[in-house]
Amino acid sequence: MEHFLQGFVLLPAFAFVISLLIPKHREIALSRVSFIVVGIQLIGVLVFTFLWIMNGFNHIDFKEFSIFKGKEYDFYIDFYVDSISLVYLLIGAVLTFVITRFSQYYLHREDGYKRFFNTIMLFYLGYNIIIVSGNVETLFIGWELLGVSSFLLIAFYRNRYLPVKNAVKIFSIYRIGDVGIIMAMWLSHHLWHENISFLKLNNYELVHHQLVHHSFLGITISLMFFISAAAKSAQFPFSSWLPRAMEGPTPSSAIFYGSLSVHVGAFLLLRTYPFWEQQVSFRIFIVIVGIVTAIIATLSARVQSTVKSQIAYSSIAQIGLIFIEIALGLKALALIHIAGNAFLRTYQLLVSPSVVSYKIRQQFYNFIPRKKTIEDTWPKRFEYTFYMLSLKEWNLDSFMYRRLWNPLKKLGATWSFLTFKNVYLFFLIVFVLGLFLTFNTGLIPEYLLPAMPIIYALLGLLLVIKAFTERNSVRLSWSLIIVNHLCIALAISFNQHFELSHYIWYLSGVVLCGGFGYFLIQRLRGQEKWVSLDRFYGHVYEHPKIALGFLIACLGVAGFPITPTFIGEDLIFSHIKESQVLLALLIAMSLIINGLAAIRIYSRIFLGPHVKTYHESAKRSS
Amino acid sequence: MFSSEDFNEEFCIGNLKHFLPSQGPLKDFIHHNTLHAFQNKPFHQGLTEAAQIFGYKVYLSLEEFQNLFEKREISDVILNQKIDAFNADNLYGISFTKQQLLNAKSSDNDKPRLGKLRSFWKSNYKIDLDALVHPTLFRIIGSYLDQGVAIWNFPHNTEGLISSIKELEKNSWSSFFRTDEVKSILISGNYSLQSLLYQLVGDQTLFEQYLFDQQFAHPGWSGIVAVLSDNPNALVDRRPVKLEDLIMLELLMELDALIDHFGHVWAPLSVKLTEKPTALFDDVKPSPSQMMQMIWQEAYEWSYYDAVLNGIEQSALEIQKKEHSFQAVFCIDDRECSLRRYIEMDDPDCQTFGTAGFFNVEFFFQPENGKMHSKVCPAPITPKYLIKELKSTKSVQKDIHFGKSSHGLFIGWLLTHTVGFWSAIKLILSVFKPSQNEASVSSFQHMDENSELTIENIDNERTEDGLQVGYTVVEMADRMEGLLRSIGLTDNFAPLIYFVGHGSSSVNNTHYAGYDCGACSGRPGSVNARVIAYIGNHKAVRNILKERGLIIPDSTQFVGALHDTSRDEVKFFDVNVLHEKNSEKHAKNETHYKNALTNNAWERSRRFISVNTQKPKKLVHRDVKKRTVSLFEPRPELNHATNTLCIVGRRSLTDHLFLDRRSFLNSYDCTTDPEGKHLLGILNAVAPVCGGINLEYYFSRTDNQQLGAGTKLPHNVMGLIGVANGADGDLRTGLPSQMIEVHDPLRLLVIVEHEPKVVENTIKINPSTFEWFINEWVRLCVVHPITKEIWVYRKGIFEPYKTTTDRIDSGNNLNEIIQTVHENIPIQIIKN
Repeated sequence: MEHFLQGFVLLPAFAFVISLLIPKHREIALSRVSFIVVGIQLIGVLVFTFLWIMNGFNHIDFKEFSIFKGKEYDFYIDFYVDSISLVYLLIGAVLTFVITRFSQYYLHREDGYKRFFNTIMLFYLGYNIIIVSGNVETLFIGWELLGVSSFLLIAFYRNRYLPVKNAVKIFSIYRIGDVGIIMAMWLSHHLWHENISFLKLNNYELVHHQLVHHSFLGITISLMFFISAAAKSAQFPFSSWLPRAMEGPTPSSAIFYGSLSVHVGAFLLLRTYPFWEQQVSFRIFIVIVGIVTAIIATLSARVQSTVKSQIAYSSIAQIGLIFIEIALGLKALALIHIAGNAFLRTYQLLVSPSVVSYKIRQQFYNFIPRKKTIEDTWPKRFEYTFYMLSLKEWNLDSFMYRRLWNPLKKLGATWSFLTFKNVYLFFLIVFVLGLFLTFNTGLIPEYLLPAMPIIYALLGLLLVIKAFTERNSVRLSWSLIIVNHLCIALAISFNQHFELSHYIWYLSGVVLCGGFGYFLIQRLRGQEKWVSLDRFYGHVYEHPKIALGFLIACLGVAGFPITPTFIGEDLIFSHIKESQVLLALLIAMSLIINGLAAIRIYSRIFLGPHVKTYHESAKRSS
Repeated sequence: MFSSEDFNEEFCIGNLKHFLPSQGPLKDFIHHNTLHAFQNKPFHQGLTEAAQIFGYKVYLSLEEFQNLFEKREISDVILNQKIDAFNADNLYGISFTKQQLLNAKSSDNDKPRLGKLRSFWKSNYKIDLDALVHPTLFRIIGSYLDQGVAIWNFPHNTEGLISSIKELEKNSWSSFFRTDEVKSILISGNYSLQSLLYQLVGDQTLFEQYLFDQQFAHPGWSGIVAVLSDNPNALVDRRPVKLEDLIMLELLMELDALIDHFGHVWAPLSVKLTEKPTALFDDVKPSPSQMMQMIWQEAYEWSYYDAVLNGIEQSALEIQKKEHSFQAVFCIDDRECSLRRYIEMDDPDCQTFGTAGFFNVEFFFQPENGKMHSKVCPAPITPKYLIKELKSTKSVQKDIHFGKSSHGLFIGWLLTHTVGFWSAIKLILSVFKPSQNEASVSSFQHMDENSELTIENIDNERTEDGLQVGYTVVEMADRMEGLLRSIGLTDNFAPLIYFVGHGSSSVNNTHYAGYDCGACSGRPGSVNARVIAYIGNHKAVRNILKERGLIIPDSTQFVGALHDTSRDEVKFFDVNVLHEKNSEKHAKNETHYKNALTNNAWERSRRFISVNTQKPKKLVHRDVKKRTVSLFEPRPELNHATNTLCIVGRRSLTDHLFLDRRSFLNSYDCTTDPEGKHLLGILNAVAPVCGGINLEYYFSRTDNQQLGAGTKLPHNVMGLIGVANGADGDLRTGLPSQMIEVHDPLRLLVIVEHEPKVVENTIKINPSTFEWFINEWVRLCVVHPITKEIWVYRKGIFEPYKTTTDRIDSGNNLNEIIQTVHENIPIQIIKN
């Protein structure tokens, strides 16, 4: 049975790799590989389900292998399957199977046919890893894959402005979700003193025992999981990203944002249910957020004048209800609800272009001018206020900007004295000083010692904010991202003695990818007059290879699971003590913005309308 | 201070409306020249202005032309001719060598004038107004105009956009504006277009340019508002709206964003301007690379035209008329071009005609239970007649997936648990076993074939909504006579005469209206076909016609029919009125139609990669039909793609040629119309209808991003009136890339069979028709009916034309070519 689980991950991985190797113009080969592999997967899942039922519904746990093993620390891959996973596996296999078939024809002759299937397979791989993961670490690998494939699919029409802008916007929200998981992992280390598997969470006694003694920690971990889940499932206050994600070809919007991707947040809640089951206050909290989401999203859906955003909000509202069901412990009901919602919204999105002819026909025969709605019975002032709020999506979209990104921008602007040249000088001094002090901690006054990690982490954060808000120099921004990682490493080294191997794990990917990215930037600068961050340049048009290389470099420095840095990040956190909440927060913030800054650089240089006028380019507003 | 000497508001609004896209709501998709605003200039001059002022791509790129030259689609001889002609004309004081044309590269220097003024907000003030204003603005205007997507409608009043917003703002705790200041300006009503412009821009000589920059930052929304301000009836659910309102709202929102950002410490845009940008409509001179594109364009067009004219030269003289087994009148539409060829091939004794597919009967049609009427005649005509459908048994199917219930919270909860699983089954079926369902559009739905139509106005006075219900006998006779004379069918009537309208079936197609008959305002031509057949069979009408010299024998009967161009199916109407003898003949003819349709589907399939043309033709036809009900098929048919020709003359001019479905065919017999009386009517329709279709395809092809709608795959339906990409984009006008990707941007060549003198006099009668020809937005040739000499209309005169093509191909195995070639097939002779 275990081999099935490996297969569920390996098959999509295999399809992804093969689809990378097939040449661009071979449409049929590209779609067929995906179609066949997902078909086999579907059969596999069906057979597996059958066997599983025969075996008496027993969950299966299977520790695959350790990637990194230390004294107290074991980063291992673990698979786990129970009824929840099976429902998700089935929904995923059926929908992806149908959609690959659909897209084979639908995307015919489209630029990026290959890219589309690559991304779908990457997405499917990430989805399956999440679903069969047996611990948070494994889940996080899938989580990251899902995030980046989402970014790529939203920015599928990469030479238009809005898809790229929205892709970056949504990536930033996903990033918040990512850090929720990182924080949860960190706190879990301290709670369990090991990387705990989901299987162990089912042990009521064990969980109960821990939580009684660490109730604050318990609540915080639950909250972190919840933030991740809410971000992924577009719950309040993150809801407004979902309609904006509908920028790719209709079938991809249908399975990503209509069904699979948005329900992953609910999956995380279901998976961690045993952990927070006993925290009544937390369950009440989920119910409240669910209710708020359901109401706000339903009102928003009622006023949407575009088909896809209407479906998006309706879906969010149902997921709000699903969250409530989960919090109430109605697991089976929630699973049915999830499946129904996923199928319904996928189909609705796929037939959404037909709405024009359908509704106009209906109207032709049944038109009643200005239908009364329930809201007409409300007092006028209520009606109008609610209408306007709903139309503005309850200001959720502008909220993120006003409260989060704009203050960051202002902060970054105060660092405008940094130029490419003096940043090296400045940094060299501060860093060498720091390095010197780590080896000579005796020189630091006793009372300053606990503050040192904070100082360096703060410095790192400020530098990466500058990287994120830099408007001109690509090299400066890129260098600051690397420097940020070094600062984090330094900060931790003040904290406690840190084994050299941990540094290597953490920094190897950063240095490698950082250097590679820097090389690519220089190369592009050699060939193009305009390489800057003040607008989108769209260089992917003329330099697709550099663009691909740079994307990989960005993912590397952002701690994506392609380099050891991914594990290094987790390692770093294991060195932060339970009491150092501020330090953990600073570093977590650093990591959020770090990834964002890298993706921002990639988007600005390579995506968007091309700077040269001889390429066809759409209006910015379209 | 508010003197309006320089800035004339009314003029400016009019000017904006003139240049904005004039595409109406999706339900009435009507093809038109995308750059109609430049049509008062000669073609190349107009294009140069469009390119330099608005930044549109109006030709293929130099590289694309060079590529075509390499593939020999541009002839060497003709390229040389065109270079020489350009150098000889010496319009711009530059001449080019062939080497220059072959080696030139696209340049990066052609930045448009549009947008420069408003870009100073970004460069001088570091504020991105579009990002701050567009999302809310689009949301407001989209919700205001929404025709039925939203469940809770914009609480509008009958006085218009601004007044509705004012009402909302007055009675709400929330606001669309960031600052209270602008909110209270709006509520007080204490502002005007000019006062706002003074605040924002300052210098009134820049006002018009500013408004162009502003409105052309979202031409889609502005365009639809401009259309609706002049034609509010285009919406079923009326929304009074004026372009001024939209501009005013946008200016207020800009003011709001600026005050929110800077407080009160900012100067109007013109103050910080170091240098005035070039005025938009200052004189324009083409750049060298544009001049080269002009030469290439001419060479490209004439390489194709020349071969066609060579083929026409070789046409046989019209043979003496004989008895025909049946006659069939089709629409002028280029999609009927090949069907006619196959029908004639299957039954060599038949005769086919082409004419505008509304068959000279103009009216509004109201189906049974329909709440409104739809126009079924060319867009510029406003009919006075109404034809109603009675005793229809058809019912409209419903589908819960489109209903509003799935968007409710509690009903939605119930539905996801139930219907959700039904969706899964539908989803799987729709992908693996596509079939007709509630979502599809079928041309045969337009009218119930078993219903009755109120064609004849019986009690003479009966009117509804100011329209006369049905035609009087004389009115019917007038229309029949006009039609028969214009196509030259005045004697030798066959026992059965068919009028075949056309429509199209598709699913998941927001542009479905653009697939139906253009001469019926984007609806299927079934009712028109039925009406004209009824008129033809009418005893009293025939008596009148007899008096007027059109003697239709009693044995002759008319039959209306509808051809579905995407499915290649035909349905005949009212065949129960046929005499027994004709019934038998009709049964025989039906097989001819059937064979021809299968052949036609097979020929069309050569362009579809997903259909294997090598399969038996019946199976190919089945596959072609399947495409029209498949949700995943963005190309149910290729519509008018590749259209380039319009031939006005007798069938003998073209029946020996393989035109590859690229030609509009309008029957016209110059021998019965020596003075060109009927020709005028034909050209009045051909120029705007065929020319409009041609140029819409042309410009959607050369600049699919700005003049076309881009790829349709991410399209999101906005309020049932348009499509946009994603959730908060501008409306996309023009044609999606899937419709134009195989189209070659060539201007329409109209070939008229007549004496040049007569044609010259005829085209000058109607100024708006004349504009098309004199400015060369469509090209015009005349071929002499007997000598087959050819004249080209160039710069206002008919010049004799000698073709340079040696002799076009003949005797090829066409079946083999069709099975193997996906691209355009060169024109060739198929019979001698």
